Amino acid sequence: MISERYLNIAIWVGVLGFALYANFSGETYWVTLATRATIFAIAGIGLNFALGYGGLISFGHAAFFGIGGYAVGILASHAQSFTPIYDGFVTIDGTQSMVIAWGAAVVAGALTALLIGALSLRTSGAYFIMITLAFGQMFYYFAISWPAYGGEDGISIYVRNSFPGLNTLVPFQFFCLVFTVLTIVILLVRTMNKSPFGLALNAVRQMPQRVETVGIAPFKLRLIAFVISGMITALAGAMFADLNRYVSPAMFSWHVSGEIMVFVILGGVARLMGPVIGAATFVAFEEVLGRQSEHWLIYLGLALLIIVLFAKGGIVGSLARRGTARHG
Amino acid sequence: MKITTLLASVAAAGLIGTAALAEGHEKVKVGMISTLSGGGAGLGIDVRDGFLLAIEQSGRQDIEVIVEDDQRKPDVAVRIADRMIQSEDVDVLTGLIFSNLAMAVVPSAVAQGKFYLSPNAGPSALAGRGCHPNYFNVSWQNDVIHEAAGAQANTLGYQNTFMLAPNYPAGIDAMNGFKRTFSGTPSNEILTKLGQTDYASEIAQIRASGADSVFFFLPGGMGISFLKQYADSGVDIPLIGPAFSFDQTILPAVGDAALGVNNTAQWSPDLDNPTNVAFVQSFQEKYGRLPSMYASQGFDTANLLISALEKAPVSDTDAFRAALREADFSSTRGAFRFNTNQHPIQDVYVREVIKDGDVFTNRLIGTALTDHADAYAAECNM
Amino acid sequence: MSLLIAEQFLNGIQLGVMLFLMAAGLTLVFGVMGLINLAHGSLYMVGAFAAAFVAANTGSYLLGIVASVVAAAVAGVLIETLVIRRLYKRDHLDQVLATFALILIFSEGTRMIFGSFPLYLSIPDALGGPITLPGGIEYPLFRLTLIAMGLLVAVGLYLLITKTRVGMQIQAGEADREMISALGVDISKLYTFVFALGAALAGLSGALVGTLQSVEVGMGEPVLIMAFVVIVIGGIGSIQGALVGAVLVGVVQTLGAFLLPIWSKMLFGSPDAGAVLSSMLIYILMAGVLLIRPQGLMGQAA
Repeated sequence: MISERYLNIAIWVGVLGFALYANFSGETYWVTLATRATIFAIAGIGLNFALGYGGLISFGHAAFFGIGGYAVGILASHAQSFTPIYDGFVTIDGTQSMVIAWGAAVVAGALTALLIGALSLRTSGAYFIMITLAFGQMFYYFAISWPAYGGEDGISIYVRNSFPGLNTLVPFQFFCLVFTVLTIVILLVRTMNKSPFGLALNAVRQMPQRVETVGIAPFKLRLIAFVISGMITALAGAMFADLNRYVSPAMFSWHVSGEIMVFVILGGVARLMGPVIGAATFVAFEEVLGRQSEHWLIYLGLALLIIVLFAKGGIVGSLARRGTARHG
Repeated sequence: MKITTLLASVAAAGLIGTAALAEGHEKVKVGMISTLSGGGAGLGIDVRDGFLLAIEQSGRQDIEVIVEDDQRKPDVAVRIADRMIQSEDVDVLTGLIFSNLAMAVVPSAVAQGKFYLSPNAGPSALAGRGCHPNYFNVSWQNDVIHEAAGAQANTLGYQNTFMLAPNYPAGIDAMNGFKRTFSGTPSNEILTKLGQTDYASEIAQIRASGADSVFFFLPGGMGISFLKQYADSGVDIPLIGPAFSFDQTILPAVGDAALGVNNTAQWSPDLDNPTNVAFVQSFQEKYGRLPSMYASQGFDTANLLISALEKAPVSDTDAFRAALREADFSSTRGAFRFNTNQHPIQDVYVREVIKDGDVFTNRLIGTALTDHADAYAAECNM
Repeated sequence: MSLLIAEQFLNGIQLGVMLFLMAAGLTLVFGVMGLINLAHGSLYMVGAFAAAFVAANTGSYLLGIVASVVAAAVAGVLIETLVIRRLYKRDHLDQVLATFALILIFSEGTRMIFGSFPLYLSIPDALGGPITLPGGIEYPLFRLTLIAMGLLVAVGLYLLITKTRVGMQIQAGEADREMISALGVDISKLYTFVFALGAALAGLSGALVGTLQSVEVGMGEPVLIMAFVVIVIGGIGSIQGALVGAVLVGVVQTLGAFLLPIWSKMLFGSPDAGAVLSSMLIYILMAGVLLIRPQGLMGQAA
């Protein structure tokens, strides 16, 4: 057993080291894989904020992931075709700038989370799980049947969006950008956890009645946590769109919600770096097993089952001493 | 290292002695990304099997095919394509079944200088303004099979057809394709939910519509459900549609419900040309089942590739591209050549579902369109 | 037009009663054991595959239906004793993940056994074709049979729960989980029974719906999500709620898909907006119910 702090640093160094090694040994594809894992990690951190720290078991985070992706896809498609998105009182043009597109994705994620959260947080427990799942499906069907942006065919982004000073088409440069974002997100989440807001959220999760008596409104706290969570996952969706240069309704699929949840559980619920190691493990699993067998999902299922039944606390939980109290 | 591999493949080619050109074959790597698991896997498996059969029959040892499963998920397809391009350094990509996956993979793959040969999907976006010198469609542009259905509806004298398709781009392409050639007036145009499997509501509307025929495009499980429910509803308005709901991959699941329906395709198992007769026989011998239209497309795609490799090495990009454009291979579907947008100009046939002994299959009954080109070629500036 | 609407109404009822068979098991398992079971859709698939396999090999549709119930119940007992039992005391998160894992295992396992091509299962001749109802509606006999079967099961469930010993135990379990073990009931047997009952109902509906639609891997997932919507609307844990919710969702879904594109065409000249809206309609219905009654129509206030 080592301290969680050291383990966290080791995970961070590990991901960066892997990508560096891959890049300098000429294994470009491994860099792409590391980028994929990093983006999934950010999505997982988003969910972990609601699920681990807020105790909100959302099975609909694909909605935010998809919204983030579509924000980028829609802006890029308008920039590609030189048609404004809105041309009325003011003119809104598309963009191929990552900064603007990702920012738009975060705002869109916040609004979506506010809407879904305001409705779903009226309930709790099993209701909350099923309702978030159903809202995720609602977005999925909307994306498929709305013809304006490609329906099921999705949107192809022919050239990856640009970032000042970088050539984002070079896999390693794109990785560095994504990894920097991951680092910032981790630091932000860490700061938030230690802030009065984070402490109150923790208290709401553990003893909602007592918190109410000291004048904190749990609904409001949870809603804020849910919105922050949705913003982070939407940011990951935006980066995923740029990684693949493509968005489609599949990003909204409930399997994506399930997978994001798997990242969190594999790594360890309410562990700062849990989603990072969880996502990295998932991507490695997918890569190695997926090439071994057409039926790799059955092995993923078995592994997941064993972890849930026998290895509570995930990877971080089994390697590190308990840093923070685990939910449940 | 490079030289040894080269020598080895030259030696291998020489040993087999089939069509080894004087300059020798360099090793060619083909990346096949296809749907082999999940919904729609039947189509991908048939494309793969048809493709590999042709490679095997050619006897060429210098073509290495890497097959990967995209699980019908766009992001998985993109990841595999990235790996094949960035790490395995393939020369040619092929295999995608679904338009949405093709839209995810093809634009960036051809932009990175790889060739893509489409054995199934033909989205309109890639046939018109989005056409590309490295993109070859060896199956059909999506609309074409539906245009043939429209033409056949005219032949049969239909005046007001009830139209049904799922609400997604290929479904809308289907509606447009049919209307492009149909000279009557559609009585209704209904877009259903993608993946819908209960058609009671639509069948009730068909019954009430007074239409003289029903055109429908419902691929996969949607078509199976619709056909079974339609047959049971007692509505006896004749059906017509593209081959996607009447193909060998799903006919066994539909059973009697599909018997006698006219459907259009660029291929039929009983199409009488030597290539096809040999193909159907050898496919059955190898895999123990009747080939589907998708299998024939996989087979044709591989033969196109082989024909081009006979003429030019894939490393000589321009010569190889020119060789592909010539389409100098004998296709299972008869005459085949490429249009300016590198999509096929071909005949589209009408088939009828029959029961041959215990086996449900299709029989050729006519030709709907001769030497037909898709509607988007003019928009392609290449 | 009014005849058409009446027929669509019947279609909605038919969809509703099939949803009820799915939702009843889900809601029972939740009510008695407090378990969220995502793998309920897999049991639906197991039922359909068993029916198709047995019907194809014996030539008897009836045997196929029996097989679907038996196979799904057996699968239910199996996963309950191996996996689910360990989850009752866990939080919902673990339940969701473990049953998500079960979906992966069931789907890929079925694909390994039966392959990727859909199986054949068709309406038996005796129930084939349409009949004319009073009022002149021509309606498929098989769909009428489904409605009848669904209602029969609903009545059977009602009798089972209100009139039998097991039913009393189930009711007691729903009211107070600790209490029934104090009453000397063998609680693990009761749980296995309830789970198997839910599984059997799911298997039955899989076979019945599979007859009408197609029997393929993944067929259970869309139905599962609709069943979730049903029990959220009806109130989790309430069988009556599941029935009301199922019929409501069935009718709203069917009439919405029929009417909205027509209205949208009249209003805006294009059916697109209506088609988009109708694909989201049941979720909007769910959101509406939640706004008014967060615990569902028949649920107990938390």
